[in-house]
Amino acid sequence: MTQMTFARAINSGLRRSLDNDPKVVLLGEDIGALGGVFRVTDGLQKDFGKHRVVDTPLAESGIVGTAVGLAYRGYRPVVEIQFDGFVYPAFDQIVSQVAKMHYRSRGTVKMPITIRIPFGGGIGSPEHHSESPEAYFAHTAGLRVVTPASPQDAHTMIQQAISCDDPVVFFEPKRRYHDKGEVDESLDPNSAPPMGQARVVTDGSDVTLVAYGPLVKTARDAATAAADEGVSVEVIDLRSLAPVDFATVEASVRKTGRLVITHEAGQSGGLGAEVAASITERCFYHLEAAPVRVTGFDVPYPYSKVEMHHLPNLDRILDGVDRALGRPNSLSGLEG
Amino acid sequence: MVTDDAGQGGTAAGRNNNTGHQGGAGHSMVQLITPAGERVSHPEYDPWLKDVSDEQLCSLYEDLVVIRRIDKEATALQRQGELGLWPPLLGQEASQVGSVRALREDDFIFPSYRENGVAYCRGVDLADILRVWRGAASGGWDPYTVNMAIPQIVIGAQTLHATGYAMGIQNDGADSAAIVYFGDGATSEGDVNEAMVFAASFQVPLVFFCQNNHWAISEPVRVQSHTQLVDRGTGFGIPSMRVDGNDVLAVMAATRVALDRARRGGGPTFIEAVTYRMGPHTTADDPTRYRDANELEDWAAKDPIGRVHALLDRKGLFTEEFETGVRTKADAVARELRAGCIGMPDPEPLDVFKHVYSTPNSWLDRQQDHYSRYLATFGDPEAATQEEGAR
Repeated sequence: MTQMTFARAINSGLRRSLDNDPKVVLLGEDIGALGGVFRVTDGLQKDFGKHRVVDTPLAESGIVGTAVGLAYRGYRPVVEIQFDGFVYPAFDQIVSQVAKMHYRSRGTVKMPITIRIPFGGGIGSPEHHSESPEAYFAHTAGLRVVTPASPQDAHTMIQQAISCDDPVVFFEPKRRYHDKGEVDESLDPNSAPPMGQARVVTDGSDVTLVAYGPLVKTARDAATAAADEGVSVEVIDLRSLAPVDFATVEASVRKTGRLVITHEAGQSGGLGAEVAASITERCFYHLEAAPVRVTGFDVPYPYSKVEMHHLPNLDRILDGVDRALGRPNSLSGLEG
Repeated sequence: MVTDDAGQGGTAAGRNNNTGHQGGAGHSMVQLITPAGERVSHPEYDPWLKDVSDEQLCSLYEDLVVIRRIDKEATALQRQGELGLWPPLLGQEASQVGSVRALREDDFIFPSYRENGVAYCRGVDLADILRVWRGAASGGWDPYTVNMAIPQIVIGAQTLHATGYAMGIQNDGADSAAIVYFGDGATSEGDVNEAMVFAASFQVPLVFFCQNNHWAISEPVRVQSHTQLVDRGTGFGIPSMRVDGNDVLAVMAATRVALDRARRGGGPTFIEAVTYRMGPHTTADDPTRYRDANELEDWAAKDPIGRVHALLDRKGLFTEEFETGVRTKADAVARELRAGCIGMPDPEPLDVFKHVYSTPNSWLDRQQDHYSRYLATFGDPEAATQEEGAR
């Protein structure tokens, strides 16, 4: 076990994938000599060469579209989109080409492409640098969407994504890049929990709190704070956003009877809506209260001096827990 | 022979601004067979055709005729309700035959939706060519058995795929090449421009083959470009050629030049094949709403088949026996196409779930399971489909 940052853990996972499979190639802006703007690809071009770690022109559709061609040729491209808000020029190639080529070709053309996107807010950046576009991709058939929340998961899940024969959109919670954790670099990704499986982070009996990516840490902190007030919160890290491992969430809700979902993305049409609806369908009679969503607002990502109001924090999550429990909360007395 | 548009044996450029060449002095257009069927020599391109024997010229003629016949038969099948849609290639036969017949088997083709003549020459099963248009699949064939990608409908998206594929060829150290087909309208798309940036930057073995058929549905090429399209390639630092797209030999020679450059590590080439879409964009389109009849007449005089016919005549090769042979072949292909279309079984209801993922997916597995149960309540899935249709 080694202590390392989240960013370093992904770097180590990428290195292992490049080592293990000559068909793995990395493409992106500034990923070579600079090592990426977050240094996630630091040193990889030096060690694997310019044909394995490719500095591309500044064209997102080009990056993803050429990855489609490389996959056609039998490669396993890993592309880096520099920031969440820059993925939109590549949206057509991702949803119309990457996602659908396997279906369109009746299974003859595989698209084992990993699309790495640093996502989420909280780093004080200007517009386009702090978005949470995961629902667009989770809504697209043919894509898998995952997001690790710990350095160990980052290390294993990036390797699992690269070896997956389906395309994977890999969201990296950028405000956790510098968080440190224990990582077992020798862990075999095949023996680790599969990337499609959710994880119970904290056991609890009163409320199920579902989070993913950057908010898993916040959710865990909220559970610790709630425990001080005598409320037992079970925290689940979804890890996979498409498909969501509803079995794990359902088992928890059958136990607690209450569900709170939190994410940074805006509320309407978001992952929280999907989780709330699906869990309600699956175990309506086990719910003691309506599912509660604690999310970002339906606003363009705000400028950094007010972003703390947009991002769910420990207190807003605890307020949501109170709503699920029917305890006094900010919306008490409000109908409809 | 090198001509400008007006000198191509017609008067289109003079008569109609819509289809005249765009501004600037520009590239001249390479032509090796005049519309009257005269073989004219060209010091630069002739060496690339030295091996084209009389027999091969006859074979190219047969390709042109058979492809036109396929196109006609498919249009008829659409009118008879057997196909949902068909994108005719009438008039573009020489561009397709000349380019595809220049390729080696290990070269990889990325087509748009109109390269059905290319698919035929590549050996794609006739029913598979129609499968997409009948609505029985989104892609008709296995790309790896013919080294040709399935049709692309999003305009220009395939140029990036071809570029990436060519990056792969380069990485593999192979001496094959990729070719990508697109139209004049596609040159306006960001993807095509990004593809040229990538291809030029990495010097990949790729041929950009632009069929300028002068119309993007109802929009004339002047709406797409203020310069000759061939200048697009030049602007990216990509060696570019402008050829008569209705001249099968000019197209073949240009494509061979481009492929040779690609194999020798010389990077990408841009070819503008100047041709004309004689029919509608698709069978859902009505070109009489936007196109001058005179223009059609001008281009009919430059027909790609007529001029090879005239050339063969001059050479004494267009015998009755040859003509009968070609007609018999075209008839046989048309019969096989029709039989393949009508005999194509409909997909099964649960096929809708197939191949979305190559690994199990819990969301989709659950939906498939639920829909199977639903279908089972009718006793027979086929009956359920009919029931649904009847409602």
